[in-house]
Amino acid sequence: MKQLVVLSGKGGTGKTSVTAAFAHLAAEGDNPIQTVLADADVDAANLELVLAPQTELREDFWGGKLAQIDTDACTSCGSCIDVCRFDAIGTIEQPGFSRLVADDPTIYQATNLPIIDPVACDGCAACVHQCPEGAIRMQDQLAGKWFRSESRYGPLFHAALIPAQENSGKLVTLVKQHARLKALDEDFDLVLVDGPPGIGCPVISATSGADLALIVTEPTAAGVHDMHRVLQTTSHFGVKALVCINKADIHPGGTAEIEEFCRDQGIGIVGQIPFDLTVTAAMVNGQPVTAFQPDAPASRSLRSIWQSVVNALAELPQ
Amino acid sequence: MIIAVASGKGGTGKTTIATSLAFSLSRQGVTVSFLDCDVEAPNAHLFLHPEIRRTKDVNILIPEVNADLCTGSGRCAEVCEFHAIVVLGGKTLVFPELCHGCGSCTLVCPEAAITEIPKTLGILEQGITDAGIDFARGLLNVGEPMAVPIIRQLKKWCPPQPGSLVVWDSPPGTSCPVVESVRGADYVLLVTEPTPFGLHDLRLAAELTQELKIPAGVVINRDGFGDAQVDEFCQQAGLPILMRIPLERQIGEGIAQGVNLIEIRPEYEDRFRQMSSQIESLLVEDLVI
Repeated sequence: MKQLVVLSGKGGTGKTSVTAAFAHLAAEGDNPIQTVLADADVDAANLELVLAPQTELREDFWGGKLAQIDTDACTSCGSCIDVCRFDAIGTIEQPGFSRLVADDPTIYQATNLPIIDPVACDGCAACVHQCPEGAIRMQDQLAGKWFRSESRYGPLFHAALIPAQENSGKLVTLVKQHARLKALDEDFDLVLVDGPPGIGCPVISATSGADLALIVTEPTAAGVHDMHRVLQTTSHFGVKALVCINKADIHPGGTAEIEEFCRDQGIGIVGQIPFDLTVTAAMVNGQPVTAFQPDAPASRSLRSIWQSVVNALAELPQ
Repeated sequence: MIIAVASGKGGTGKTTIATSLAFSLSRQGVTVSFLDCDVEAPNAHLFLHPEIRRTKDVNILIPEVNADLCTGSGRCAEVCEFHAIVVLGGKTLVFPELCHGCGSCTLVCPEAAITEIPKTLGILEQGITDAGIDFARGLLNVGEPMAVPIIRQLKKWCPPQPGSLVVWDSPPGTSCPVVESVRGADYVLLVTEPTPFGLHDLRLAAELTQELKIPAGVVINRDGFGDAQVDEFCQQAGLPILMRIPLERQIGEGIAQGVNLIEIRPEYEDRFRQMSSQIESLLVEDLVI
């Protein structure tokens, strides 16, 4: 069993469209590659929009914890305010905090009780351990849900983080763990992970354990800049990376620059996808482009890219 | 006025909108400052070309255990919510990449065996552009997971100046780095595209702005393809559509080469100024209500 993660650095380069096409291509044909799909972009999960999944299991995801003050036990000594390094505790005299208790400020005005900003709270619990009255406790936060679904092209593990919640890296890890367990238990060939943009915590979680990363880039100033950042990241974690260039014809100079860079660095380019509005039409129709219009220019390129990726996966040691 | 530019979905044109807004207002004589809060994949410098004048490391304080003083009490491990410090066989080990730098272990150590040492997560850079825009950005070091401390330090390092227009270019998504980026803004511009992915992520981003109680409006980029559902959603949700930029090859090609939208299409300069005035009037209306 192999694990392939699709990354990009810059958002909107086409990760999900490529992943959806791969899911379709893996499932079709005489020798399908048995694939478990995982959508690791839990902030903005879009893979489900083109795979028509039937959800079979829904589970709560409890993310980080937040500090809560027992206003009866608190003596307003302020030690919590002193120890918090995240500027998450203050008093009604500070505008950022008075806003938080605007609905019922009376008790805070009378006693200058500390106020916790739930958005700023890091969940470290330093205040809990320093409160002389034991008046602060940590409370688990419902941060989202994760799902096991059956899609057109195989099982899909995905999630929905509640907007403004923390710990998306932890949720990514959870989604991937379940996908991996399913693949191992039932002898699947591949776990295909649709990654998030960026290079931080959720990307690191999405990349960990991958045998191969496919970087979907575009020949734009921003696309190239962020491709460098994500390639540094995969290299940092020792994951082999291949590159595919999406919308390759919108800026031939940029495509040439990517090719030259990859050649110098010894990074394989598995192909180019032309700018093709069929990709968007497929999305509007809720399908991977390769299923929607198999003969569209983008679909032809994706088929050849998929074959190269399959070959690269086969060459990797088990 | 502080305007944050956010999106949910990546690649919808946040940086194009943010840099064009800054550029247009700056050319009108407004004092503009710009923060690139997408510290994982910052791109605004590619369009604004700042000359960097000062830099600052972003550090957090991580524990260092003095083995001679440590008695292996394990208090540090008990209080660490992130499993960044553990005691194994009487020996205390620190995992720096898991540490949030909260200092709790240091405070609870009964032997005062922990000192704190700085660990660099990234860097801040500040400078000025040819157009006179005060520019700053943060850059997360490769391999480091935590973007939030960089964004928080960036905003502290470059506090908004009264009377200026402040533009915060946010990362994509809807989780903690986005919250840290848009927190404290007067208004959020949500940039989307008229596709099912664009709509799905706009919905989430709009929820985030509601949660943070910041008024928001929408810019529809690459208008004229996809479908009409983004328009319908904005109408239902009461989100004003402040600008539409059509899908045009010339614009796409220009931006690919790192050319600012205003240089590709000078007529947008006025449209961005009008949008800024419109946001100001919307905020005044909000206050009146």
